Amino acid sequence: MSGAEPLRAPAGWSEPARLAPPALGYWAGAFRKLLRNPSALASFAVLMLIVLVCAAAPYYARDVSHTDPFASNVGGSIMVGGKSVDVLQQATNGLGLGLTPIGPLWRFGPYALGADDQGRDVAARLLYGGRNSLLIGVASTLICLSLATLTGLVAGFFGGLTDRVISILLDILWAFPIYLLAISLSIVLINQSLVIGPLQITGSSLALPILIIGVVYVPYVARPIRGQVLSLRNSEFVLAATGLGVPRFRILWRDILPNVLSTVIVFAPLMMALNILTEAALSFLSVGVQPPAASWGTIIRDGEGLLYTQPMVAVAPGIAIVLTVLALNILGDGLRDALDPRAKLRI
Amino acid sequence: MQGRGPWAEVTGFVVRRLLHMLFVLVGISATVFLIFFATPGADPAARIAGRNATPDTVAAVRREFGLDKPLPVQYAMMMDHLLVTRDLTSFVNRGERIVPEIAEAAPVTLSLVLGAAAIWVVFGVLVGVVAAAFKDTVIDRGLMVAGLVGVSVPVFWLGEVVNLITQSRLHDTFLFSWVPALGYVPLSQNPLGWFAALVLPWITLAVLYIGIYGRVLRANLIEALNEDYIRTARAKGLSDWQVLTRHALRCSLISFVTMFGLDFGALVGGGALLTEVVFGLQGVGALTYRALEDLDLPMIMATVIYASFFVVVSNAAVDILYAAIDPRVRER
Repeated sequence: MSGAEPLRAPAGWSEPARLAPPALGYWAGAFRKLLRNPSALASFAVLMLIVLVCAAAPYYARDVSHTDPFASNVGGSIMVGGKSVDVLQQATNGLGLGLTPIGPLWRFGPYALGADDQGRDVAARLLYGGRNSLLIGVASTLICLSLATLTGLVAGFFGGLTDRVISILLDILWAFPIYLLAISLSIVLINQSLVIGPLQITGSSLALPILIIGVVYVPYVARPIRGQVLSLRNSEFVLAATGLGVPRFRILWRDILPNVLSTVIVFAPLMMALNILTEAALSFLSVGVQPPAASWGTIIRDGEGLLYTQPMVAVAPGIAIVLTVLALNILGDGLRDALDPRAKLRI
Repeated sequence: MQGRGPWAEVTGFVVRRLLHMLFVLVGISATVFLIFFATPGADPAARIAGRNATPDTVAAVRREFGLDKPLPVQYAMMMDHLLVTRDLTSFVNRGERIVPEIAEAAPVTLSLVLGAAAIWVVFGVLVGVVAAAFKDTVIDRGLMVAGLVGVSVPVFWLGEVVNLITQSRLHDTFLFSWVPALGYVPLSQNPLGWFAALVLPWITLAVLYIGIYGRVLRANLIEALNEDYIRTARAKGLSDWQVLTRHALRCSLISFVTMFGLDFGALVGGGALLTEVVFGLQGVGALTYRALEDLDLPMIMATVIYASFFVVVSNAAVDILYAAIDPRVRER
């Protein structure tokens, strides 16, 4: 509060409209509010940077690391400081058994972050893995939000038996511990291909984790939307529209959908953060992205066995996940402040 | 609803809630059963027999395991063995009884989740109250960003980093030389060892929830501080701190309790599996994960039903508690 009371036009003032602030629409106002939020802008910039860097993965592999990040390089060697060094070296500690991959070289070149147990360049895999993690995050969020909006709208607006059936289905889905449901679905579907009409999704396809993660979080979003639609349905402007004889679908489309849209938008970055975390967990348990494809989760799993010898393999993708998810959460916070400050979200 | 006392109303609500709970439980067990037994192309008999089994072997397995019977019969038989006679055995290791296996794993998970819950409740309340008390100051912003970081860290990765530091890099320094090797120590055998083995998993698991609870509590407190009864409390001369802790906090704790019930149930039911796997704790989550990897269908059914039982019961407990507190909820 800067102490500025809203000015009131004195009696007889001819143009009171001039003193009022410029009338901004809801969306324009929210956008302006978002632009004034430095942490939201900064996190958006960080996200764009991560996306760009990951998008450049093929160029990095070709021009900087000079390796194929998907082919093992067990017998290979590289030049470090004028000497030829094996990528996988005989272990020096303990019994001297087994091989230890080369550690981070901290340079803009091959093996900047070291190698994994198959001699593959971790930095290049990190970028390729980021592409998959981000792609799964975005695509599953789109699926989740569209399904949730649809079910929430239908259940809340039509009520009655439709609402009962949808609510019970959501309840059942809700009562599953999310990870157990996602793991169960993944395990069954990885071992065979899923056929939906003309679509055939094989076990190693990225579409599988996208679809599974997109579906398991539907109740998360659908329930608040249903509640919102329920209260909107009984609001005065909808009753007025009904009284005027506006068709139901037109009310749904023109009056109710725009009102729940801000909730959906606020949910988007938060769900994407959650989905990236879920993908990482599934891949870490080896039921997400399947080899030879990489994601941040699979690289952490690759690094699990090397944790005490070459920790960077597991640590680096974790840092990438934390940065991305944190940026998404901060952006979500900013969006909520701008669009729907009273939204009750669990993050 | 005239003529009925508040207790009759609550009882009616409880009965309805319990029926609903039963319905959801049956729905969940049927869903899991369908996922594993009736997904198009999924053939449990072929899976048990192995990849290169002859058709004869598969047929023999199918007969032996009762997989040639109609699905509803198979479902009923499995539920009967699991819940009534309690002699359901594993498909992978036929000498292995499922129910004792779960009973053995449950204390591990319970120890993990109880300790973590104690930590996250204390620190969650602390973060929420302090942030609300210092609203819009550096302290508030710092705590909220820290909370977001906690929400953004994958728990299994955090566990690995904790292991890296305490088991390897700094294990031989005075800081972490007390950390035992990964694994569980029963409380009855060695209380101190139990504590030492679990304290790092507790903290690791609690980080996410401290972040969530601290942030939600702060938001609720700030909302509550705008209410009329807070103005009354201020007007009668209470200090800011008293207003915050005695009046605003008490009201905000209702949603805190709701969240706690749901999260606690989900974790006891196996939601802590990532923490269990990373720290080598043989709890229900780890058991479920192993069963899923081996595609041990009876074990999967049993653990998922066990898990959803906890989720559904805590859901119902929260709702009933709510109805007892708030009369408006009962009327639905």
